[in-house]
Amino acid sequence: MAAVTVDGAPASRDLPAEQALPSPGPWRTALGQVRRNRAAMASAVVLVLIVVVCVAAPFYAHSVAHTDPFTSNVSGTTLVGGKTVPVLQPSTTGLGLGVTPLGPTWDVRHYFLGADNQGRDVMARLLYGGRNSLLIGVAAALLCCALATVIGVLAGYFGGAIDAVLSRLLDVVWAFPVYLLAICLSVVLLTSGLTIGPLHVGAGSLWLPVLIIAVVYVPYVARPLRGQVLALKNKEFIAATVGVGASDLSIMRRDLLPNVLPTVAVFLPLMTALSMLTESALSFLSVGVQPPQASWGTIINDGLGLLYTRPAVTLAPGIAVALTAVVLNLLGDGVREALDPRARLRGAG
Amino acid sequence: MHRVRTSVALLGLAAAAACSSGSTASAPSTAATGGSSPATSVGFQEQHKGGTLKLLAKSGGGTLDPKINYTLQYWQLYQATYDGLLAFKKVDGEASFTVVPDLAEALPEVTDGGKTYTFTLRKGIKFSNGADVTTKDVVASFKRIYSASTPTEGTFYNGIVGAAACIKTPAACDLSKGVVADPATNKVVINLVEPDPEFPYKLSVPHAAILPATAPPKDAGNVPIPTTGPYMFASYDPNRALTMVRNPYFKEWSHDAQPAGYSDSIVESFGLTVEAAVTAVENGQADWVYDPPPADRLNEIGTKYTAQAHVNPLTAFYYLPMNTRLAPFDNVKVRQAINLAVDRNAAVKLFGGTQLAQPVCTFLPPGFPGHVDDCQYTKGGGTTWSAPDLDKAKQLIKESGTAGMAVGIVVQDDEVNKAIGEYVQSLLTELGYKATLKPISANIQFTYIQNTKNKVQISLTAWYQDYPAASDFLNVLLSCASFTPGSDSSINIAGFCDKGIDAQMQDALVTERTDQKAADVKWGQVDKAVMTASPVVPLFTPKLIDFTSKRVGNYQFSKQFYMLVSQLWTK
Repeated sequence: MAAVTVDGAPASRDLPAEQALPSPGPWRTALGQVRRNRAAMASAVVLVLIVVVCVAAPFYAHSVAHTDPFTSNVSGTTLVGGKTVPVLQPSTTGLGLGVTPLGPTWDVRHYFLGADNQGRDVMARLLYGGRNSLLIGVAAALLCCALATVIGVLAGYFGGAIDAVLSRLLDVVWAFPVYLLAICLSVVLLTSGLTIGPLHVGAGSLWLPVLIIAVVYVPYVARPLRGQVLALKNKEFIAATVGVGASDLSIMRRDLLPNVLPTVAVFLPLMTALSMLTESALSFLSVGVQPPQASWGTIINDGLGLLYTRPAVTLAPGIAVALTAVVLNLLGDGVREALDPRARLRGAG
Repeated sequence: MHRVRTSVALLGLAAAAACSSGSTASAPSTAATGGSSPATSVGFQEQHKGGTLKLLAKSGGGTLDPKINYTLQYWQLYQATYDGLLAFKKVDGEASFTVVPDLAEALPEVTDGGKTYTFTLRKGIKFSNGADVTTKDVVASFKRIYSASTPTEGTFYNGIVGAAACIKTPAACDLSKGVVADPATNKVVINLVEPDPEFPYKLSVPHAAILPATAPPKDAGNVPIPTTGPYMFASYDPNRALTMVRNPYFKEWSHDAQPAGYSDSIVESFGLTVEAAVTAVENGQADWVYDPPPADRLNEIGTKYTAQAHVNPLTAFYYLPMNTRLAPFDNVKVRQAINLAVDRNAAVKLFGGTQLAQPVCTFLPPGFPGHVDDCQYTKGGGTTWSAPDLDKAKQLIKESGTAGMAVGIVVQDDEVNKAIGEYVQSLLTELGYKATLKPISANIQFTYIQNTKNKVQISLTAWYQDYPAASDFLNVLLSCASFTPGSDSSINIAGFCDKGIDAQMQDALVTERTDQKAADVKWGQVDKAVMTASPVVPLFTPKLIDFTSKRVGNYQFSKQFYMLVSQLWTK
C-alpha cells in the first residue's frame, strides 16, 4: 500500500517515482515544524525545566533544605541571617495577637519561599506539589486520550448500535459540567475509594484524581476522533483495504489509528494543561489530592488563610500552575500547527 | 456547651448550697479576671434605641430549637429571646455568674433537704405569639426536655422525679410527681430524687427555657418557637440568615434577668468567609463576627483595631476526644501515647499564640472548681505541661501493636480547626498510623462526631462551661449517662464509660450538697483518674476575641454567656 499523509492522501503522487525525494514521513515533518516554531520551542524548554526541577524535589528537600515537607514543624526553628528564629513567629506588637509564618528568606537552604501555617518549607512543598500536579496532569491526559481513542475509533468505524451506545454514553458524561461532575465523583470516591473488580484505588491515592479527571474529559476528545474516523472510513484507501479482505481489527490498527494519532498528539498537551488545572481546582476545594500529599492546588488552599501576611504561599503555586498551563498550551498550539496541514497552509499563505 | 461559655469558678456552688440549705436561694458572684472593655450598666438608655445590629457567621448553628441546640452561636442569641424560671444575671463581668429569678417571681423556696424547689410564676408575661405564659407551659417545657431528647436530659435533668423513666421511654413520660403545677396559685413545684446543688444553674440555661405548651414535642428544626424575651425569631434560613425582631409583647420585668434590647432588629447572616467577615466589620458593613478571626488577621486586629478588639479569657478547653470503643483508641496505651505526643504549644500557636490560649494537661481548666495542677503527660513529669514526650509515646504505641492502622481525624473546616487537625494528622503519621483528615462543615461537625454510627475515631472539638461547676465538664462530657449510641446528642464523644470513675463522680456530686471544698477535692481526683484513662487529649484553654465595628457601643461580656448581643447599641 502507498504511503499516506495524515489526511489519508497518497504521498508524492504527481512525481515519477525516480524523481521523487524520499518522504521524511508525517511525524518527522511535524517535528521539523515544531522546531521552527519559536514559541513552541521556548515553551518546551520551560516545560522541561519545570519538570526537571519538580522531579528533583526529594533532592532539594533532603539534601539542600534538609526538611520534611509533609510533617508539621509548628514549634520548629531555622536559620535566617545566621540567627535562629522560630518558623512560626508570635506577634510582639499591639495586643500581641497572632502568629505569622516565616516569610521568604531567599536562601535555598532555609525556607527559600518561607513557611506555611504548619511551619513547612513552602519551596519544598511547591516542588513536591509540582511533581504530583504534573504526574496527575500527564497521567490523566494519557488515560483520557487512550480511552477516547478507543471509543472514538470503535464508534466511528463500526457505526450502528455500537456507535449509538458509545455516543449516548459520551452524551451522558458531556451533559454534566466538567467541574461539577469531577467534584461529585471526587466527593463520593474520597470516602471509600474506588473498587472495580480486583482493582482497588484507595481514598487517598493519587490515582483517584487521575481516573476522575480522565473520565470527565473523555467525550471532549472522543467526539472529534469519532468524527474523523467517520470521514476516514469513506476514503478510497480504506475501501481498498476492505477489498483485499483485511480484518476490522487490522483496519482499525493499521489504517485508522495512524491517521487519528496526529489528532491525539495535538490533544495531548492541551489535555495535560486542562487536567492539571482541573486537578488544582479539585485540590483547592479539598476533593483532589489529600493531605499530607501536596499538589499546587492544595498549596494554594493552604495559603488562603495567609493571603494578608504571607501571599507567597498562594502566589508561588498559582504562578507555577499558570506558567505550566501557558507553556503546555503554547506547545499544544505548535503541535497542532505542525500536524494540521490546513494550519500549515494558513501559515504559508 | 460546645463553643460556649466562660470562666471562673467559686461563685457557683454557693448559690446552690444556699438553695439546698432551705429558705430562698441566692447566687453570689466572685472576682475574676476580665480583659474586655466593660460598660457599666446604668439602666436602659433610650437615646441608643433603634437600628439594626448586623452579625456575621460563617455558617448557621443548626437547629433553632433551644431545647436541642447546644452551641454558643445560638445560646448567645437565646439570651435575648428565651427565658427560664431562673437566669444568669445579664451583666458584664463576674456578676454574670449570679443566678436571678426570671420567669419566676423570686428565687425558689428550697425545702425537703434540697429536694423540692417551689417557684411562683410571674403574671402578665406573654409569648411572642400573644399567649400568656402559664404553669401549663412550664410543665410542658419540662416534659419536652425528654420528648425532644435534649442533649443534657441525662446529665442536667435526670434528677427530676420521673425523669429516669421519661429518658427511657419519652412517649410515656410522666412527670406528674416531678413537676407539679397549681394554676390557681401560679406555683410550680419541682421535686428531685436527690438534692442537686447545681440545679439552679441547670434551670438557668436554654435547655430549661419555658416554651409554649403547643411547641412540637420533637426538634422544631428551623421553625422558630415563640419567645418570651425582648426579641423573637422572625425568620431562619440556615444557609442565609437568622433574623430577630422585637417581641411586641415584651415588657421588661427584671433588668437583671432579661433587660430590654437596644437594636430594633438583629440579623445574623451566614455564608461569608471569616476573612470577608472581618473585612466587613473593619469597613463598618457589619458589626460583629461570631467566628474567631483568621490567623493572618490577628496581628492586624491587634495593632490597627485595638479599640474594637475585646479579648476575654474563657473557662473552656479545646480537646481531642478519642473513641474508646474503636481501634486503635480502645487501647489505653494508644490514648496515653497520643496524650504524651501532642505538642500543646503547637496547638496554642495554631490557635493564635500565647495571648489567645494556654496549654493544659487536665480536664478541668485552670481556675475552675476542682482543678489541680497535675500533668501525667509531659516530658520529664511535672505539674504543668512543658513538652511532648515522643519517645515514650512511640514506645507505648509499639507495645500496643496498633501501628499501621488507619485513623481518621474529623475536624471543623474552619482555618484554625483544620490547621490543628493537620498538625494532629502529621503527628499520627509520625507515630506510625495511616492518618487522614476529614474537615467537615462547622454546623454539622459537632453532632457528627457525637453519633456512634459515623464511627469517628478521633476528632477535635471545644467545650465551654454551661455553668461554673466541675460536673459540667467531667460529669457532662465523660459520664456513662452522657453516652447514647446512635444519637447526635451523645455528648460523651469519646464513648468513655468507667463504672469506677462514674461512682467517683456521683460521690463528688453528693458531697457538693454539704461540703463544696471537699467536693472540689474529689473532682480533682476524678480529673486525675480520667486523665489516667486518657479518653481525651486536653489541648489548651482559649481566650475569645470579639471584634466589633466602630459604631457598636455598650459592649458587655457576660462570663456566663459571653457578649450580650441585646445590649449592644448601634445608635
